[in-house]
Amino acid sequence: MKDPYVTLGLPKTATDAQIKAAFKKLARKHHPDLRPDDKEAIARFKEISAANDLLKDPETRRRFDAGEIDAAGAETRAQRPQQPFYRDYAEGPGHAAQDGFADAATMEEFLARAFGGQRGGPREPLRARGQDVSYALPVAFLDAANGALRTITLQDGKTLQVTIPEGAEDRQMLRLKGQGMPGYNGGAPGDAYVELHIDPHAFFQRKDDNIHLDLPVTLQEAVLGARIDVPTVSGRVAMTIPKGSNTGTVLRLKDRGLRNRKSGQRGHQFLTLKVVLPAATEPDLVAFLEGWTPRYPDTSRKEMLK
Amino acid sequence: MIRMDDLLATTEGLRPDDLDRWIGAALVTPHDEAGMSLFTAPACARVQLLCTLRYTLEIEEDTLPVVLSLMDQLYATRAELRALAAAVAGQEVSVQQSVLAALALRPGKVT
Repeated sequence: MKDPYVTLGLPKTATDAQIKAAFKKLARKHHPDLRPDDKEAIARFKEISAANDLLKDPETRRRFDAGEIDAAGAETRAQRPQQPFYRDYAEGPGHAAQDGFADAATMEEFLARAFGGQRGGPREPLRARGQDVSYALPVAFLDAANGALRTITLQDGKTLQVTIPEGAEDRQMLRLKGQGMPGYNGGAPGDAYVELHIDPHAFFQRKDDNIHLDLPVTLQEAVLGARIDVPTVSGRVAMTIPKGSNTGTVLRLKDRGLRNRKSGQRGHQFLTLKVVLPAATEPDLVAFLEGWTPRYPDTSRKEMLK
Repeated sequence: MIRMDDLLATTEGLRPDDLDRWIGAALVTPHDEAGMSLFTAPACARVQLLCTLRYTLEIEEDTLPVVLSLMDQLYATRAELRALAAAVAGQEVSVQQSVLAALALRPGKVT
């Protein structure tokens, strides 16, 4: 127990009026209802009150000055019943015991973070990781197939470099570590998540690591066979159409599909042939067909007409 | 809950005429039960606060309602803030962070 004169900041010779004035001044400063978030205010106010109780009564003051009682003894004697403070009730039943919240720590931290307070908050400023952000990035079919480097500009003007991996899949999520919102109080920044939305292609269709393509071939190429150029995701290549190919014939270009992200192996390109007639009328062809009698009768519709 | 007599007996320095006047001015409101005035624990604490304001801090009687009204408003605001904080604390972390980020951007923030 501290010396009551020290507590009130007074000399031993202080008058009653000075004691009263000192107590009033300190009470105004430390009253718990005037400092509702200050957990130590109650203890400080009690100490001030005890010092005042001891010194304002001329008899106890005389006995203390004479060394008959010490500050602690006097406090025991003069101890008042546990004084309730209005702040213990003022914020409603939920807050009755100051620590009535099951998650008081969370609450205090939140308040301290939200309102920048030293007031009752944790000693250490709370560090928090920044928020993650997510974007949807439209990607051209061939960029996804071959890989590409893209720069996207965020709403706040910040730019992000995004490497689209070779063989990227639709709705694939890329994580850009540390490119999200900044952290709080020195916490790590969040991550940016970029979801790839791959545009469909006019000719190519993807199925797993393979590419499918309908390939028009002329009547001549189909009947006689030919060496022709065909498109692939990585550029045109020459291939052979075998003699006697038909609509629906599927040819394979080995390793001309997409690179598998895990195995590193490339898929294949499958070409489904579509025999097309000449765009304009060919009189010679018409003349030939008029004089042509097939050697083998056609049976393609036989099943349907049974 | 305690009766007015007990409140007067246990509250140091409290004068009966002051208490009557404070009740009359609705600075503190006891429960009325069968014609008897009863004080809940919060009401007792409020009387204690009135005593401190009036006797220790020597706030004028006329000023007392103003001070008390301001304190009540402050406590009500704090209660709402806590309720809001509790509601936010119950949300996903991402929602909490969004709220904090929005608060950090609010105009006139005291730092």
